[in-house]
Amino acid sequence: MGDHSSPEHIKKTVRTYLIIGAALLVGTILTVWASYIDFGSVVWNITVALIIATVKSSLVAGFFMHLISERKTIYATLATTAFFFVALMALTLWSMHDFPSFSLVHY
Amino acid sequence: MDIPYTIEPRRDTGLYNAKVGIWLFLASEVMLFGALFSSYVLLRVGSNSWPHGLLNIPIGTFNTFVLITSSVTVVLAWANLKLHNFGRAKMYLALTILCALAFLGIKSKEYNDKFIHYSIRTTDGKEMTGHIEGDPHFLTLKKLRAKKVEAISFAADPEKDARGHETKEAKAEEKAHAGHHEFKPIKVSDLTYVSTYVPAHHTYFAIYFTLTGLHGLHVLGGALVMTYILLFSNKMWKTQPDRVTNRVEVAGLFWHFVDLVWIFLFPVLYLL
Repeated sequence: MGDHSSPEHIKKTVRTYLIIGAALLVGTILTVWASYIDFGSVVWNITVALIIATVKSSLVAGFFMHLISERKTIYATLATTAFFFVALMALTLWSMHDFPSFSLVHY
Repeated sequence: MDIPYTIEPRRDTGLYNAKVGIWLFLASEVMLFGALFSSYVLLRVGSNSWPHGLLNIPIGTFNTFVLITSSVTVVLAWANLKLHNFGRAKMYLALTILCALAFLGIKSKEYNDKFIHYSIRTTDGKEMTGHIEGDPHFLTLKKLRAKKVEAISFAADPEKDARGHETKEAKAEEKAHAGHHEFKPIKVSDLTYVSTYVPAHHTYFAIYFTLTGLHGLHVLGGALVMTYILLFSNKMWKTQPDRVTNRVEVAGLFWHFVDLVWIFLFPVLYLL
């Protein structure tokens, strides 16, 4: 929290926390609702669900975990983590080409 | 010996030590769950079939609500400590623990439902899912034969479409029967496969139980830490209130991460 820990500021952020909490509940309903809509292919349904989940998790990380106003040390740690996480997922996607041609591929 | 930098920030990091520690730990947790998500992708793409609609969506949605609520209560506990409202902070901490227990209770009920839900195949190649009368746990064909059971009474699930949603005909039929499914006898000699929804039944359940089991352990761990803080902080609050606040902040950061993981687990396992 650093410099933003005065009682006045905390009181203001309590309101923000409640709004974010409500937004997350709405986001959950949205996720369930979207799963019942046929967006044309499973790939699109997965994309929509992951976009909503990413927005929700950004709200949690940004506001509840105070990442919108943190110290450099934490940003540096997370940047490293993000790099390796993306690399892991990229390797996963890359390996898709390695499935034997006779195996069926389903989404 | 006093532990350094429990309250005051270190000059080089600008943070108290526990906060650096929890973020490094969370970084490792991202990679742990990341590896499992990667496994999920590989298993799903490499599988010949991927089941849909086998989990209870209303229960899963409710549990998501419970976990989100607990994320709000834990951050409110921290905010109240910052405002020096110790009593109120303890109340929010207790509410968070209650939410954690509710989440685990509901998850256990969901697990139990899977252990009485059957997938069977008959000699004519027909495949069905449903319940055996009396809701026995973990029955297999081997166990039925060993017990010399001649027939089972089986109620098949309503028909579902490819995406796991009940078909209109199935809904109408269910309405006509007022939600009660009809049990029909099936000879054990006519069965070729009997299994509950255990990890060995399908790759989907293997990754489902691995991911939700590991997540559940995190919920349990977080609840234990918060219970410790709730029960044993009165003395420290009188001498080092900022240290108690920092402890709740660190526990809260872990808790939000657990919530964050669930935000991805819920659609991936229940809805897609």
